[in-house]
Amino acid sequence: MVENNNTKISAKDVDVFYSEKQALNKISMDIKEKEVTALIGPSGCGKSTFLRCINRMNDLIEICKVTGSIKVDNEEIISSSTDVVSLRSKIGMVFQKPNPFPKSIFDNVAYGPSIHGLADTKSDLENIVITSLKKAGLYNEVKDRLNEPGTSLSGGQQQRLCIARAIAVNPEIILMDEPCSALDPIATAIIEELIDELRLNYTIIIVTHSMQQAARVSQKTCFFHLGELIESGETNKIFTNPDNTKTQDYITGRFG
Amino acid sequence: MFFWSIVLILIGIYSSYIFGKSRIKKLVYSTNLKPKSQYNYHAQYVLSWCLLPALIVYFSWAIFEEQIIQNLILDSFEYVEGAAYDDGLLLAEIRNVANNIDFSDGKSQEIINAAAQYKSLKLTSQISFYISIIIIMVLGSLYAVRKINIQFNAQDTIEKYIKYLLIFCSSIAVLTTIGIIFSLIFESFRFFSQVSLFEFLFSTEWYPFIPIREGQAAAEGSFGAVPIFAGTFLVMIVAMCVAAPIGLLTAIYLSEYASQKVRKTVKPLLEILAGIPTIVYGFFAFVTVAPFVKSFGQSIGIDASPTSALAAGLVMGVMIIPFISSLSDDVINSVPQSLREGSLGIGANKAETIKKVILPAALPGIVGAFLLAISRAIGETMIVVVAAGTAANLTANPFENVTTVTVQIVVALIGDQEFDNPRTLSAFALGLVLFVITLSLNVLALRIVKKYRERYE
Repeated sequence: MVENNNTKISAKDVDVFYSEKQALNKISMDIKEKEVTALIGPSGCGKSTFLRCINRMNDLIEICKVTGSIKVDNEEIISSSTDVVSLRSKIGMVFQKPNPFPKSIFDNVAYGPSIHGLADTKSDLENIVITSLKKAGLYNEVKDRLNEPGTSLSGGQQQRLCIARAIAVNPEIILMDEPCSALDPIATAIIEELIDELRLNYTIIIVTHSMQQAARVSQKTCFFHLGELIESGETNKIFTNPDNTKTQDYITGRFG
Repeated sequence: MFFWSIVLILIGIYSSYIFGKSRIKKLVYSTNLKPKSQYNYHAQYVLSWCLLPALIVYFSWAIFEEQIIQNLILDSFEYVEGAAYDDGLLLAEIRNVANNIDFSDGKSQEIINAAAQYKSLKLTSQISFYISIIIIMVLGSLYAVRKINIQFNAQDTIEKYIKYLLIFCSSIAVLTTIGIIFSLIFESFRFFSQVSLFEFLFSTEWYPFIPIREGQAAAEGSFGAVPIFAGTFLVMIVAMCVAAPIGLLTAIYLSEYASQKVRKTVKPLLEILAGIPTIVYGFFAFVTVAPFVKSFGQSIGIDASPTSALAAGLVMGVMIIPFISSLSDDVINSVPQSLREGSLGIGANKAETIKKVILPAALPGIVGAFLLAISRAIGETMIVVVAAGTAANLTANPFENVTTVTVQIVVALIGDQEFDNPRTLSAFALGLVLFVITLSLNVLALRIVKKYRERYE
């Protein structure tokens, strides 16, 4: 595989086991910088598992074992010597269910910058928080109530708060694990617009169940099935003229 | 009487059940209609109409039989002119003679007569008891069987009976609590009619005077409860200083750092600590910890008494560690995994995640665990009796003897005591104040928990 100079993440032969059960089988793919890559596939196909390999979130699961190689900026991350903390500060993550901390809106966003020491003064910190909230398109809605608990927001606002929290630490990559599955269509549309804007500055990988969403927001699409990567390529091509019949069947709604 | 009435009632409910079931079956067979409820419910309906009257008869006999017989005996007793009688002693004597317990000679004729009467009354009572319980069970079943028909909704009726049963059971607990509170209040009133409330709450001298004989002047004692409550809080604070950090850190280790295997082994082991009888802790405190505290005090130049607040508090702290660790562990575990992932996903390490996300989220539950441990510590008696002494000392020095509320209640109630002298009654006043304190602690705990719930959830 030729190393493209703007390849951000490069996975090679990634296997994942939960105890004895193999969840991912020899996954290899390259993910380009400043693009949105969508991972699609039926439930249990391993797309979330793959996503969680990229920021080593699977470490939290005792029985989970990851082998193979994933390089981020040409640095191996599947290794015991990887600095997981700095890796995760480079890779933000947004989860399926909005999970704001039981803190104020301000403190939710300020959490990352303050533990990483990104702000020297209080006004620096305020700047970071406000910029992040603006980038997440939430600032105008919450500017008068930054001290209220993050949990008092609506579901869509909470999810944008979580996005603001993730971008507050200046990540280069944002992983999104079905970020809209708990939201209504209007909140979903707002988040999708936001993803489109964020693409200019961040590399985004999004796991989604909605093929329309994948088609709307992504430039590259990868189709997973039963722990294998069936097909990946330009989103346009995957959705109009896929090479593999399984992909064809899935996107036309014949299974999954 | 107990054994045979149980047998009788069991036979009764069994036959009424069979009776009810065969009755509804016969009705179904003869009319060829589908009954509204299943056979079992009809049978249960008859059973409950057999059982309930039987129980009423049984308990009214158990409660009133002896009383009625005693009144009859006393009414017809041939009192001898000029002799002094005590009803209680007299009845006891008659009963002893009747049961052939007392063979000593010299029983007067009237006692022997009364004993014979007692025996015959008892026999009559038993015979009439068995007869009435059988009659009432038969009548109850017959009444219920007459009500059974195809249209009868036995299931709804049974459900209703079950509801009444549940209400009855839950009201027992509530009524008992109310009864305890009222008895506390009334006895405390008696205490405060002899000792002023002001003295009790604010005086710092506790020398409960022990009257040697009945009627001796009692108000000479001094009943200032301040040193007792001070002692209670001193011991409690020492205990919490031990238990709070150790318990909380244990909980954090178990829920966040330990592997599943370690957790599954260590947690039950810790909970065994909670199962050790407190007198064993007391023994341990007295034999092992108190001498150690004394020699430690001497080595740093403090004159420690052989039993001390520190010894009792240390051991009590060990006793309540499992309360705090086990409850906090549950609370920390129930913090959603998504919060951990959210924090770790930003690049926080484990310690930051625990300190800034997990603990704040678990705080209400942890506060609840602490307050529960505190009320456990305040209510603990045996350790303090053995290891801290009974002298009411007003001191903040943990190396000295202190005493606690529960210990003073024990001291006031043991031994031969007249229930109208303030020393005995002081137990109820202390109990009332203790009750008020633990109640307010619980209310406070609920308030705190609720406040944080509103903010965070």
